Amino acid sequence: MTAIPLGVPRRLVEFTLDGQEARVPEGSTILDACRAAGKDVPTLCEGDTLTPKNACRVCVVDVEGARTLAPACSRRAEPGMVVRTDTERARHSRKVVLELLASSVDLSTTPSVAQWIKEYEAKPDRFGPDAARVDEEPRVDNDLYVRDYGKCILCYKCVDACGDQWQNSFAISVSGRGFAARISVEHDGPLTDSACVYCGNCIEVCPTGALSFKSEFDMRAAGTWDEERQSETTTVCAYCGVGCNLTLHVQDNEIVKVTSPHDNPVTHGNLCIKGRFGYQHVQNRD
Amino acid sequence: MDLRFGDSKPTDEERAAVDALLGPPTSSWEGADRSDADLRWARGGREARDRRDQLLPALHALNDRVGWISEGALDYVCRRLTVPPAEAYGVATFYAMFSVRPRPATVLHVCTDLACTAGGASELCAAVEARLGPESGVQVERSPCLGLCERAPATLAIRAGESARLGVPPPGEFEDEAVRADSEGPGAAAPGDGTGKGRRGRTTLRATAVCAPATPDTAVRTATAPESAPTEPAPALAVPQTGAPDLTLLKRIGTVDPASLDDYRAHGGYTALRRAFELGPAAVIREVTDAGLVGRGGAAFPTGRKWQATAAQPDHPHYLVCNADESEPGTFKDRVLMEGDPYALVEAMTIAAYATGAHRGHLYLRGEYPRALARLTHAIEQARTRGLLGDDVLGQGYAFDIEIRRGAGAYICGEETALFNSIEGYRGEPRSKPPFPVEKGLFGRPTVENNVETLVNVLPILTMGAEAYAAIGTPTSTGPKLFCVSGTVARPGVYELPFGATLGELLTLAGVRDNLRAVLLGGAAGGFVRPDELDIPLTFEGTREAGTTLGSGVVMAFDDTVPLPRLLLRIAEFFRDESCGQCVPCRVGTVRQEEALHRIADRTGADAAGDITLLREVGRAMRDASICGLGQTAWNAVESAIDRLGAYE
Ligand SMILES: Cc1cc2nc3c(=O)[nH]c(=O)nc-3n(C[C@H](O)[C@H](O)[C@H](O)COP(=O)(O)O)c2cc1C
Ligand code: SF4
Ligand code: SF4
Ligand code: SF4
Ligand code: FES
Ligand code: FES
Repeated sequence: MTAIPLGVPRRLVEFTLDGQEARVPEGSTILDACRAAGKDVPTLCEGDTLTPKNACRVCVVDVEGARTLAPACSRRAEPGMVVRTDTERARHSRKVVLELLASSVDLSTTPSVAQWIKEYEAKPDRFGPDAARVDEEPRVDNDLYVRDYGKCILCYKCVDACGDQWQNSFAISVSGRGFAARISVEHDGPLTDSACVYCGNCIEVCPTGALSFKSEFDMRAAGTWDEERQSETTTVCAYCGVGCNLTLHVQDNEIVKVTSPHDNPVTHGNLCIKGRFGYQHVQNRD
Repeated sequence: MDLRFGDSKPTDEERAAVDALLGPPTSSWEGADRSDADLRWARGGREARDRRDQLLPALHALNDRVGWISEGALDYVCRRLTVPPAEAYGVATFYAMFSVRPRPATVLHVCTDLACTAGGASELCAAVEARLGPESGVQVERSPCLGLCERAPATLAIRAGESARLGVPPPGEFEDEAVRADSEGPGAAAPGDGTGKGRRGRTTLRATAVCAPATPDTAVRTATAPESAPTEPAPALAVPQTGAPDLTLLKRIGTVDPASLDDYRAHGGYTALRRAFELGPAAVIREVTDAGLVGRGGAAFPTGRKWQATAAQPDHPHYLVCNADESEPGTFKDRVLMEGDPYALVEAMTIAAYATGAHRGHLYLRGEYPRALARLTHAIEQARTRGLLGDDVLGQGYAFDIEIRRGAGAYICGEETALFNSIEGYRGEPRSKPPFPVEKGLFGRPTVENNVETLVNVLPILTMGAEAYAAIGTPTSTGPKLFCVSGTVARPGVYELPFGATLGELLTLAGVRDNLRAVLLGGAAGGFVRPDELDIPLTFEGTREAGTTLGSGVVMAFDDTVPLPRLLLRIAEFFRDESCGQCVPCRVGTVRQEEALHRIADRTGADAAGDITLLREVGRAMRDASICGLGQTAWNAVESAIDRLGAYE
């Protein structure tokens, strides 16, 4: 999380990262250290504004002396630790995890994943044509956003964003277990019957496009969604005095969705229903 | 927190079930009539939120009474406890024993796990299903191991209904009383006292009945009339060595009346606790450490070190958790201890709490053990009445009490951190470690968690002294050990041997049959060994050296009539079913492994080679990258069958 550093400077932890001395402030994760050192470790469930659940396991690294691999996104660096990010063992796990994910859900709208699949030579097809998939119809039950759990990797980010980490609405949770586990509202009903307040913060953090704006969903269905042709403008929300930052995504002179910069120290990318969805009046040209 | 509850209302019966647990609601916010105070009152607030840990008991209350959990009922529970409905739905759908769809009041669980499969469970299940048509009002469910493997094939009937709250079950004869009705918390019900008006005007008492070994006949009878099911055999019948002079852990089983505190004391009960009070907490921990006691729950962690680490934590309160979840297929030793000698566990928990500075103990008991629940409920109440639990244990000014928590059908809840989440009213998903439980465990406080058998070992350590205890077994595996022997042997049951006996010696005791094909050591998370490996010493170091594990002490023997591929499929299916679903390697990996095993079910050699490579690669990632022990060990048994038994060659 980016925030204005306050308080006393933290002590530095010294440890070994891929054979090199690394020094990071106490409390930093191995991933923080990797990023500071310019190393690329793939991540899916990690999010810059949330405490990761370390559920996806694509970021695993080798820690000397440990029985299992460690999630770089969550394991804190400890003095004297010897960490390797690129061992055969770690690469193998990442490869298999990517295969398992890509064979079970639709990752077509997950940024970066195609490139990792190539880099790790993952072959999701090798589980055969009958491999079980999460084949769910997109749930379109309101005009604001769509839930397409056929794309969901169960990273828990939306649950955390809706729950105690940001929104405190607790409208969604994980139900069921094992391969049948799904994100759902109470009684697995439509969103409109739930506690959802349509802040859209869950869409903001969803790494796969399983949660998306109805506008984006419709345009993708119509084949008109084209990020190449989109421009982004960050401005200040005009509804109230808080002054949240809005990033307007504009394609062909129409606002197609609204996100919010995560590095804003006040909102960390969160908005309310008005800032997130209330943009129609801007483009009302009658 | 901004909670929104639905409009669906509970039925009177559902409301009564919840109120019986939580007491009547006090404000209109949680379902009472509106009063003047409500105008100045804001929901249950912090007080209600602090009762979140009542969520699982509340779900049990509904399931016990009505048989399933409706929308209105779930919403009512959420109001009472200020739990977000989406989260409560997530919890209710996590456990196998709950249903959020209407179902018949009676459910018959038929075990189709390893020992029962070897004992003809498929045929039993088919016969029972054929006899109990859709008209019978009984839902038949295939179940993972019910912890009755010595009496395979096993079934468990659970009928929802009103539970007469008539106090403790009659002390009565200990040998043979079947547990036919029980209820959560204080006051298990006596059978047959039908005071309550049940569903559809009939009196329906809640009933649970175990039937094992089951025939189609007895299983059907148990399902249709659990209150008159055949009597369950005494726990001592699970101990073939009963009466043998050199028993330590099992010595009282079959000789002591498990319903009588006096009889327990007459058999040496509570001398260990007295000794503990003489020694003081630090010296008790030293004894346990010097005795070399190592955890019997599967992970083999030194108990003394765990106790010391918890006792030393500055944060308070400290908690004690006894892990009596015992859902590892093939394990039933903890059940036999709890059913046959319940006061021993109560005493041992008191000592552990005293040593580690805890004043509350939670006994997390698997939901499928009705008799153990009744026996322990009774024992705890008696101990409380007699000043052996409560504010002033044995007049020593030390306060300690025990609360029983019933699990609801989830193997993963035996994992120590998942167990904390389950008690706290969250989904039984493991937490990532560090931090470890000794630092942040139950309710975020320092917690010591031990297995039933581990705790019971503390009694002989204190009565005979650390040195004498450590003289039993080998230098690194000290003391006596319980083994759960089942499968194709003449005398299945719980055996007690000093560490160091060989697998062959144990199997000889149990009456191994000819044509032994394979032995599963350590349960579904353990590994298979060959009939020519029977000289493996049963110690932590000996099994490790032999490239296998002792796990929780499971020894399942299979002769050559048992089809190996089917067993392996069952193991894969078990892990796929029981994965909590939190992490990808386990959630998807267990599915991919099961698929591969299906493909090669009757193939060998080159035909299976590709899928075996796949199994190995997925298995390796599961072992390395899964969050918890379930995913990390799910592939062990199948791998060992391929490597050691040459399955699919
Ligand atoms: C999936 C899983 C299931 C487990 N089930 C049990 C169980 O049923 N009973 C038990 O005592 N320990 C079980 N354990 C081990 C516990 O996590 C823990 O190590 C143990 O209760 C500690 O007690 P001990 O030190 O006395 O062995 C399980 C572990 C895992 C990973
Ligand atoms: S839109 Fe907001 S309230 Fe609704 S589910 Fe997403 S995070 Fe929760
Ligand atoms: S919907 Fe998106 S954010 Fe939520 S768990 Fe699935 S992938 Fe993660
Ligand atoms: S390994 Fe399996 S059971 Fe354990 S946390 Fe992961 S998904 Fe859950
Ligand atoms: S990014 Fe670390 S486990 Fe998902
Ligand atoms: S009770 Fe059926 S296998 Fe254990």
